[in-house]
Amino acid sequence: MDASEVQTADPRDRGGPAQPLLIVRDLKRHFPIKGGLLNRAVGTVQAVDGVSFSVMKGETLGIVGESGCGKSTTARLLMRLIEPDSGEVIFDGEPVGPGGMALSEMRRQIQMVFQDSYASLNPRLPIEDSIAFAPTVHGVPKAKARARARDLLAAVGLAPEQFARRYPHELSGGQRQRVNIARALALEPRVIVLDEPVSALDKSVEAQVLNLLVDLKRDFHLTYVFISHDLNVVQFISDRVLVMYLGQVAEVGPVEDIYGAPRHPYTRALLASRPSMDPAKRMTEPPLTGDPPNPINPPSGCRFRTRCAFAEAVCAERVPVLAGLVPHDSHLAACHMAAAGSGHSRAPT
Amino acid sequence: MTTETLEQRPAAATTPLVSVRDMTVKFVSKEATVHAVNGVSFSLDPGEVLVILGESGSGKSVSLRALMRLLPARKTVIGGSITVAGQDVLAMDERQLEDLRGGQVAMIFQEPMTALDPVFTIGTQIAETIIRHEGVSRAAADARALELLELVQIPSAKRRLSNYPHELSGGLRQRAMIAIALACRPKLLLADEPTTALDATVQIQILLLLRKLQQELGMGVIFVTHDLGVAGEIADRVAVMYAGRFVEEGPVSEVMLRPLHPYTQGLMGSTVHAGLRGTRLAAIPGAPPNLARLPEGCAFAPRCASVEEACRVAVPDERRPIPIHMARCIRV
Repeated sequence: MDASEVQTADPRDRGGPAQPLLIVRDLKRHFPIKGGLLNRAVGTVQAVDGVSFSVMKGETLGIVGESGCGKSTTARLLMRLIEPDSGEVIFDGEPVGPGGMALSEMRRQIQMVFQDSYASLNPRLPIEDSIAFAPTVHGVPKAKARARARDLLAAVGLAPEQFARRYPHELSGGQRQRVNIARALALEPRVIVLDEPVSALDKSVEAQVLNLLVDLKRDFHLTYVFISHDLNVVQFISDRVLVMYLGQVAEVGPVEDIYGAPRHPYTRALLASRPSMDPAKRMTEPPLTGDPPNPINPPSGCRFRTRCAFAEAVCAERVPVLAGLVPHDSHLAACHMAAAGSGHSRAPT
Repeated sequence: MTTETLEQRPAAATTPLVSVRDMTVKFVSKEATVHAVNGVSFSLDPGEVLVILGESGSGKSVSLRALMRLLPARKTVIGGSITVAGQDVLAMDERQLEDLRGGQVAMIFQEPMTALDPVFTIGTQIAETIIRHEGVSRAAADARALELLELVQIPSAKRRLSNYPHELSGGLRQRAMIAIALACRPKLLLADEPTTALDATVQIQILLLLRKLQQELGMGVIFVTHDLGVAGEIADRVAVMYAGRFVEEGPVSEVMLRPLHPYTQGLMGSTVHAGLRGTRLAAIPGAPPNLARLPEGCAFAPRCASVEEACRVAVPDERRPIPIHMARCIRV
């Protein structure tokens, strides 16, 4: 990867190019549902249930899945905006938490951009002050932080002399999202977690912002975690893709493998559900029936089995392990059909 | 309107179901006048599917609501003429509008949770519509409600009749809303981004269901969306809307495969699809115009790569290289 050459020149780099910038291990978060007369817990939402992945330096990991699959919760657990029940995050070889990297330091290295560009900016601050806010909190002198904010505005394509003193409500959705990206860059982070950053934008503006993200990644030596429900956008921007279903990883691998040779039936259905742009190639049957099941009481065994056309007895009995077909496979799927000796009639022998 | 008129099949298939001429919609307030729709003309045949494609603020939803006069009466000025199923919508009084809405014309929305009444069961809401428009007994309406839930492929329909909206998943809620819309066998279904809030695997189910029902029931459908893929799956004809005008209109295959207007071409170019990885997206620069301060001439001119002096002088006329395909661009 040519991006890794750039990364080795980064003085902040400790582990070297082979050390993943982020390792997430067995992240878990269950939310209790309170109800009844005494407001006792009456159930749990298994929002994220044992998610593990790693992100290499300079790469973009795309996370896709339908609403309620836990992709946004995963991002928030990663940033510790929500406290995980269990699991660990390792940043460039150093565990985050007591005895390791301090939370404040991790949050300086990982920044986040949210879907709602308006809600994530202070409506009473001119945008240059919003961008300069975090650096001043971290001890950068005000004048210097403001000068840098203007540079960043220019970097995201907003002329500072025209935009610096404007308030968020004076900007369009696309411009506001550029401001949020500039603000995320203000602390010179190494990772940006983008949670549906273009989903609220019109198509013509979405393309502008995607092009900008590609440029910034190169210019600022960034690593992205890009969360989206839009399969086309994820394919465009990602090097590797992680598919989530009901709080778990269904499949993960290089973008060409996930889109070209998906192994999990859910990934295949998701890809087949994309409407075609060609009216001559209309779909006749939907690839999946029904809605994603409720994450409060997920099905036993494989969580996808209730919607899967290939489900057999083994799928209800045992949870499929996320594994590759060969040792050290970069493409992993959690499906009994992809696991030799799983007992599924379609499993490789 | 009585039941007899509802049961009448269109006498002559040649008369259009919807005929709109020079429709304008203005929102007037003390601060500003917003020109949301600026001269839209089209007609829709019975059983035809027209998709209006546009970005936010293009006037697509306002146009749709104007057809049923669902806009706040005090602030809205609608001009031109709107005829639906032979009736002049702009001349109707409140009572006639109530007969029209949910009777001959029905509408489905993006967010079923706000369109459905949270305190009544799905069955009650469907039956109520039928009783209001067709004057049948409660028992007959209930029986028809069950038929309708089966028609929209809701599993265990009988049990679902007694569910409240919050007890249903997003996809089932959208199906229930479609069932209510179809309760009085409308001739025209207006759909305002009904699949936008749904997950990918559910969106395609609802699209295919709507297409199937439209064909079986022979309804005319006007479907508003920002999603080119949706248009590709469901449209007979596509109209592309920009700053309150149709800038291009034609059969779906013509518009999608041989777009004439630079805006349509830009929209196709900036829509991310497979095979664009590693390339630079052909984004349209800038943003859509403010509808309170529209530019003179072609509203797309400030963003257009091939703009000429003449573009800024007057709004381009409709041009038709072939009779069925229209674009408002002087270069066509």
